[in-house]
Amino acid sequence: MGANDFTLQIATVNGSGSQTANTVLMRSLFQMGIPVTGKNLFPSNIAGLPTWFTIRASKHGWVGRKKEIDFLVAMNPESAREDVMGLEAGSAVVYDEPLKLDGLRADLHFYPIPFDKLVAPVCPEPKLRKLVRNMIYDGVLAQLVGIELEEIRKALAKQFGPRKAKAAELNWGAVEAGFDFAVKNLAKTDTCRVERMDATRGKIIIDGNAACALGAVFAGATVVTWYPITPSTSLVESMAGYLKRLRIDKQTGKATFAVVQAEDELAAIGMAIGAGWAGARSMTATSGPGISLMSEFTGLGYYIEAPAVIFDVQRVGPSTGLPTRTAQGDILTTAVLSHGDTKHPLLLPSSPVECFTMAQDAFNLAEEFQTPVFVMTDLDLGMNNWMSEPFPYPSEPIRRGKVLTAADLDRLGGFARYKDVDGDGVGYRTLPGTDHAAAGFFTRGSGHDEKARYSERPEDYIHNVDRLARKFESIRGRVPLPEVVRNDNASIGLICYGTTRYAVEESRDQLQRDFGLETSYLRLKAYPFTSQLKDFLERHARVYLVEQNRDGQMLALMRMDLEPGDAAKLRSVRYYGGLPIDARTVTDEIARQEGL
Amino acid sequence: MSTTVAPPPKKVNRIGLEVLNYKGAKSTLCAGCGHNAISERIIECFYEMGIPPWRVAKFSGIGCSSKSPAYFLGLSHGFNAVHGRAPAVGTGAILANRNLLGLTVTGDGDTASIGLGQFCHMLRRNIPMIYIIEDNGVYGLTKGQFSATADLGSKLKTGVANELPAMDCCLLGIELGATLVARSFSGDKRQFQAILKAAIVHQGLAVIDVVSPCVTFNDHEGSTKSYAYMKDHDEPLQQLDFVPAFEEISVEMEEGEVREITMHDGSRIVLRKLGKDYDPTDKMRAVQALHEATQSGHVLTGVIYADTGRPTFIDQLNLVDEPLATLPEERVRPSQAALDEIMEELR
Repeated sequence: MGANDFTLQIATVNGSGSQTANTVLMRSLFQMGIPVTGKNLFPSNIAGLPTWFTIRASKHGWVGRKKEIDFLVAMNPESAREDVMGLEAGSAVVYDEPLKLDGLRADLHFYPIPFDKLVAPVCPEPKLRKLVRNMIYDGVLAQLVGIELEEIRKALAKQFGPRKAKAAELNWGAVEAGFDFAVKNLAKTDTCRVERMDATRGKIIIDGNAACALGAVFAGATVVTWYPITPSTSLVESMAGYLKRLRIDKQTGKATFAVVQAEDELAAIGMAIGAGWAGARSMTATSGPGISLMSEFTGLGYYIEAPAVIFDVQRVGPSTGLPTRTAQGDILTTAVLSHGDTKHPLLLPSSPVECFTMAQDAFNLAEEFQTPVFVMTDLDLGMNNWMSEPFPYPSEPIRRGKVLTAADLDRLGGFARYKDVDGDGVGYRTLPGTDHAAAGFFTRGSGHDEKARYSERPEDYIHNVDRLARKFESIRGRVPLPEVVRNDNASIGLICYGTTRYAVEESRDQLQRDFGLETSYLRLKAYPFTSQLKDFLERHARVYLVEQNRDGQMLALMRMDLEPGDAAKLRSVRYYGGLPIDARTVTDEIARQEGL
Repeated sequence: MSTTVAPPPKKVNRIGLEVLNYKGAKSTLCAGCGHNAISERIIECFYEMGIPPWRVAKFSGIGCSSKSPAYFLGLSHGFNAVHGRAPAVGTGAILANRNLLGLTVTGDGDTASIGLGQFCHMLRRNIPMIYIIEDNGVYGLTKGQFSATADLGSKLKTGVANELPAMDCCLLGIELGATLVARSFSGDKRQFQAILKAAIVHQGLAVIDVVSPCVTFNDHEGSTKSYAYMKDHDEPLQQLDFVPAFEEISVEMEEGEVREITMHDGSRIVLRKLGKDYDPTDKMRAVQALHEATQSGHVLTGVIYADTGRPTFIDQLNLVDEPLATLPEERVRPSQAALDEIMEELR
């Protein structure tokens, strides 16, 4: 296994305060310069159910989920047996001594720790012991795998901040107790270890939801309307925090933003569209069930041509599904959300940096093309902590699109709201409240002509929706372009989008090493698709589209959009169990389909 | 030799606009529909109050009533949204631009059924907006089904009686936080005008439930939302006059006979006693009066409740004075230094 190449899993009970211990552990490795990711696998519950936190250290920089666990910390009596039985031979287990797990298997390395005995002397307050106890495994692991104690101390200080120095001290005592116990009582027999690297310098740690939130704040979002739903809730909550910090007017102490917790997702999207119509940079954030509820209003937004940005942090399944697990299962429904003929742009960020930049792209596209724009992230990206490059300050001014002012109206004399003046399918709009007698027009979800007048005439309807289709073509020329890695020796191409990239990037390495199979790579960043996709398909004999849903939703969208000949080259690799897709699953499936 | 006679000077309001500037498209509703009378009153009141029509944003849902915003204030922006969801759209628009004068005109199907949730939460937020319910107790566009405001026992044309209790939108309004709550009748020009003018200057949510008979589906014997029924059962709480702030008119005050409500801008609603004394600032009394009227089969009209003290949602959100929609980039995009500081914290 070697140094800096293993996956550590901590199995606890949710509500036991293990998050601090886990975050400190991850951060310590990060501070040691080792590429690291943390994934929290948690139940839809407040307290008492099993939860697993997985930390992957990878000297190669692989940050996707790894299927095999190399080192288990078994704190949860309920799941411990199953957790241990699922390990590969040679893995290591730190466990709570009374669980007596060492009798279960002879092919693992067991390290029993008497957590209760160790916590009592360092935490005199019995009520706090449940929380502090977890910090002991940080100390044990420091000794067993070689995490520098000073980095744990620094991470603790960062976690608690100067105002909670006392709590940090209390937890530090537990770390030391674990470390000392391990020094005196444990003989290391497994091979997992870390050593200092220099691969994280300058990087930050952030979750995708906070990254989207920051993107929206720096995009100048002004109206945020939402309804709480996992896993999107923390997007708006962190945004509210950043807005309060950054967007209170210095002179007046007043807010340059409105954040409204709506009564449901129908109201949330309705307010966003009303605000967008009136000229605000408006947004909402939701997940699958909310997307379903937003369907009717999204169709209205498309048809009346009002901007709004919708963040969809995807979770698993139809209905309630698995609310705390990840998927890319809303792609198809969102691309054509609502009844009637509709099409919506989707942006597909894969990293915190892209969450930040694409949030800004989304607001620009929404206003320039006067239409709802969806930013499709997922729970894995949104709620897990990722190592990231720091975010670039926006290099371009905010683009507000075609809005006529009173002065413009003086010059023009009037305007027709839905007339395609510039040939790009995008009409000119005025904002309500524009101080001009010619500014007003009637916005209606019912049939309308170029001048926004009520119309049921077939030719008016066709003229209007054909223009909307042309507008979608204009959007095609403005969305973020895919990332393409061309390998001239490859006849096989791999396509992915969003967080699936991490498994696919690692799988390309595995395919090359295990099977000598060379591959090219294309990562989509948006729908509508751009010409690079067609080129990619033309250059390769077979193209595997890897995604995290049952039905190959992006593949279905491609079949709708592409020439049949190009689409015939597409093959599908799917994973939809709710855990982030891993490289081995991709590699095995491609090898199977290739007959390798 | 001919003499040219100068045309008579055009009659204009205090901002120099003619009443024509307040009209909309020709109504496509049935002749005699109560909604048309309401449109007429809106045209008159906004003209007489001298409101620039381009300051007004009209909102509606779906149904006959929701079509009517096309028939008044043609120079305003209008937004015919989805069924029952005018409150959300209006809320969003007013958050975006607090200077808009929001005017929602919608129906009882929108308000009391499909959009009941949105209606209730708009009340709780006290969104500064006028919300008129053109209330006919029936779904007209789908040809005559009961709505949720149909009174218990009221009959459809087919003779079918409504067996479910009616939703009272004024009671909900008072209970959940609207700050001006009134009921009127589309046939009572003077009363509705006074209420509407008060609503125009009110800083908060004004809910006006206007009984507006549907001549096609609900104006027959046995209906409680018919012209005939209203003629017999309308029970005005007070005789109303509205004195705008820009008119210096003193009202003769007879002790115990007249009450006044002073609005935020200095305008006054003058309420002359009819029968029993009624204090519309007394919330408990207002609720009781509505229940009593329902019990006795009367339709209580007039200003039922007024609260000029409760802050609006815009106040509670502490928004800047300028519209959020048009704030310049430097006020909505934080600096490079601010981003650098956050990045440093995340290292």
